[in-house]
Amino acid sequence: MGQTVFEPWNDPEARPLIQFRNVTKRFGDFTAIDNQSFNIYEREFFALLGPSGCGKTTMMRMLAGFEKPTEGTILLGGKDIAPIPPNKRAVNMMFQSYALFPHLSVWDNIAFGLRRDGRRRDEIAARVEEMLKLTRLTQFARRKPHQISGGQRQRVALARSLAKAPRLLLLDEPLGALDAKLRTATQFELMDIQEKTGTTFVIVTHDQEEAMTVASRVAVMDTGRVIQADTPARIYETPNSVYVADFIGEVTILSGTARKSGAGYEIHYAEGVPPLYAEDEARFDNGETCHIALRPEKVAISAERPEDRRNAVEGTIIDIAYLGNLSTYHVKLATGQMIKAQTANTRRLALRGFTWEDKVWLSWTDTAAVLLKE
Amino acid sequence: MRRLTWFNATSLTLGLAFLYLPMLILIIYSFNASRLVTVWAGFSTQWYGTLFSNQGFIDAAKVTLKVAVASSSVATVLGTMAALVLVRMGRFPGRTLFSGMIYAPLVMPEVITGLSLLLLFIGIGLDRGIFTIILAHTTFSMAFVAVVVSSRLMTFDRSLEEAALDLGASPFDAFRLVTLPIIAPAVISGWLLAFTLSLDDLVIASFTAGPSATTLPIKIWSAVRLGVSPEINALSTIMIGIVAVGVIGASLVTKRAALRREAEERAAVQG
Amino acid sequence: MGRFFLIALPFAWLLALFLVPFLIVLKISLSDIALAIPPYTPTLDLTEGWAGIRAFLSQLDFENFTFLTQDDLYWKAYLSSLQIALIATVLTLLVGYPIAYGMANAPDHWRPTLMMLVILPFWTSFLIRVYSWMGILSTEGYLNQLLLWLGVISTPLTVLNTPTAVYIGIVYTYLPFMILPIYSALERMDASLLEAAEDLGCSRLTAFWLVTVPLSKNGIIAGCFLVFIPVIGEFVIPSLLGGSRTLMIGKVLWEEFFNNRDWPVASAVAVILLLILIVPIVLFQINQQKQREAEE
Repeated sequence: MGQTVFEPWNDPEARPLIQFRNVTKRFGDFTAIDNQSFNIYEREFFALLGPSGCGKTTMMRMLAGFEKPTEGTILLGGKDIAPIPPNKRAVNMMFQSYALFPHLSVWDNIAFGLRRDGRRRDEIAARVEEMLKLTRLTQFARRKPHQISGGQRQRVALARSLAKAPRLLLLDEPLGALDAKLRTATQFELMDIQEKTGTTFVIVTHDQEEAMTVASRVAVMDTGRVIQADTPARIYETPNSVYVADFIGEVTILSGTARKSGAGYEIHYAEGVPPLYAEDEARFDNGETCHIALRPEKVAISAERPEDRRNAVEGTIIDIAYLGNLSTYHVKLATGQMIKAQTANTRRLALRGFTWEDKVWLSWTDTAAVLLKE
Repeated sequence: MRRLTWFNATSLTLGLAFLYLPMLILIIYSFNASRLVTVWAGFSTQWYGTLFSNQGFIDAAKVTLKVAVASSSVATVLGTMAALVLVRMGRFPGRTLFSGMIYAPLVMPEVITGLSLLLLFIGIGLDRGIFTIILAHTTFSMAFVAVVVSSRLMTFDRSLEEAALDLGASPFDAFRLVTLPIIAPAVISGWLLAFTLSLDDLVIASFTAGPSATTLPIKIWSAVRLGVSPEINALSTIMIGIVAVGVIGASLVTKRAALRREAEERAAVQG
Repeated sequence: MGRFFLIALPFAWLLALFLVPFLIVLKISLSDIALAIPPYTPTLDLTEGWAGIRAFLSQLDFENFTFLTQDDLYWKAYLSSLQIALIATVLTLLVGYPIAYGMANAPDHWRPTLMMLVILPFWTSFLIRVYSWMGILSTEGYLNQLLLWLGVISTPLTVLNTPTAVYIGIVYTYLPFMILPIYSALERMDASLLEAAEDLGCSRLTAFWLVTVPLSKNGIIAGCFLVFIPVIGEFVIPSLLGGSRTLMIGKVLWEEFFNNRDWPVASAVAVILLLILIVPIVLFQINQQKQREAEE
């Protein structure tokens, strides 16, 4: 195809912009970050994703300089940044609350960082105008933060943090305060700006849809550890743990024991029923505990037992979640497990076949599921 | 949802009446033609005349103002520093002592503070005069400024300072360019509080003034010890008048600014 | 470096002008009166070196303190001050709470005006406000004139120069100190808590006692401390309104110092007063600290 794909993490020649090396951060007895090492490359849009308390904000604050690692080193461009105070780093941050200076105008807010550098007045003016144009705020330049709307304030915060053209921009839950429509539009704007300016972005969020939309790579975190750091596609299609599979999107997890069978594994998940079959790169010993992660959109739902599939189970529809474009069916098997099946609503409501209490068959291909050890 | 009951309305009215009636009476009788303050003999402004021609009072007023301006300004600087230390700095050796010394003057009886300061000045051989009063007033006013400013600092959004640091400002610049402008109203209130405390102070000034300096409260005290006097009523009316103008004026200005801000915020959400 | 300077300047000032003076008061309380300038002995002569210091220390004694225990006046004055302060604090609470409560329940747009009205007397001269009661409470004063005119009494009441006048004066001048902390606590209270209490069956009065009062506890405590502690050592109010019959330790200290010129005894009085006050002051500081921590 001849298309260059942006994948510096796979390139052995590429030198990372940021390196976390065995970084641990403790607050008294509480370990916020537990011996983590990973790299972030230039021009990446890197997302730290996880529930509250997982340590993502602490990671970010260490990059910004407001926290120091208890153990380990953080390198920026090959240099240890721990001794460098936040006001001397080539890193800028967009705060969750925006932290706009209420007593300064939009123009002065954006110019603030440039003035600290002692640049010439005409240089500062030119750069501020550029930022105003980039974020479409030119007509609000003279207003104060309380005189503009929430969405406009968010853009000021962004313009202000980009004004100094930092090597690294940190975004702390930047879209949390926006309503859904504005959020989606702003997500694409952020991606545009990131590509245009070529800045490395690191975003912290608890919203997995947001992370999946904007990021080139997502690091899913849990209690101080990065569980998996990969492209959104690989995180979704090939999660490395039940935690990640469950955190991103919807999934059905079935647990059982594995037994090698031909090219793949048979998984015995319940008494008195035929085992399921899956082909996966993971290796299991016979009898080892195994978890099947199954995405609902890969589960077909039918009234009759499908002829051509090994994985076919029968159950009763307990619940239907109607989302307009999709319907998710929660089906309970005779053996007690719940499986989610999702189909697009390609036909109108009245013509659709299934309803509550219906007995249906669920099926999926041999490669649809992912096998996980834990 | 709060309801204003009859009980509430009555207690408010009675309470405010209790607070203001004595002052009203003072004002009314300052215009009494008769020296016998308790007998109304007709309207007259003569007491204001005698007041303004009394050089002693005028000199005392000048001294009082000088002391008040000087002591409140120094107290504001020191008190703001102390507030910063208390709110921002964590543990440091001597912190308990420091915080104790800051909060103690709030409740310490003035006779004790006055006595102790006088003994200090004598002990180090410092002549009593305007300077010693200024030192004394600064010391106890500082505590009040510290309380007002620290209370504002505690609700101050620290992410604003972090943003300033993140954008390249030194910690001092962050304070100067971001924190200070935003907490300015609290600092100004602190200054006003220190100013009023200094203006009003009788006990500490009596101990630390010495023979050469007389403040207005000291003059008023020597007059009222002998009983009620219409010149004092006149002086009181003037002082109450000045304070009332100041407080009402400040209140109107703040209200107007708050309304304007609300209107702007509403406009921003729509536009 | 900047941090050090920030702490050091106010710290040094307070050490020099707040702490050291107290140590001096302590020293003087252990000295003797002398017809000299300054009117106490011994004075510390550092030119004598170590011998001078020893000579100085040997002349200090607790004579003044024993004197205080011998003369009835002093311990009676301490007791009287404590008693008056206690009663006055309770009275101020009883008067101030309903006002604060009324303010907190007033419609929102009244509140800034009410706040201003309550604060305005606070900004006016304390001395003048106490003075204003002299004209009202004297035998020829306005109160008696009014009552006589109304026919409620036939002979003038003696209010001035009695403890009653002192109570009135204290409540009047210290009222803002009680109202503001209580108002601040009440204002922060979530009104829906009262609605919940009523929904669960409380009468208005019971809801007040079981919900409002406990939640405004912090404000009540702060207000009481802010009145009780300074009132113990009050001087102006008992002097102008209390007359010779009202015994308060602040007056005793002043008279000992200015009238009797007995600085050592005045200092001893101050030391004892300080010792008495240490307990409530420390309690006040602990309470403030706890409140601040709870709010974090």
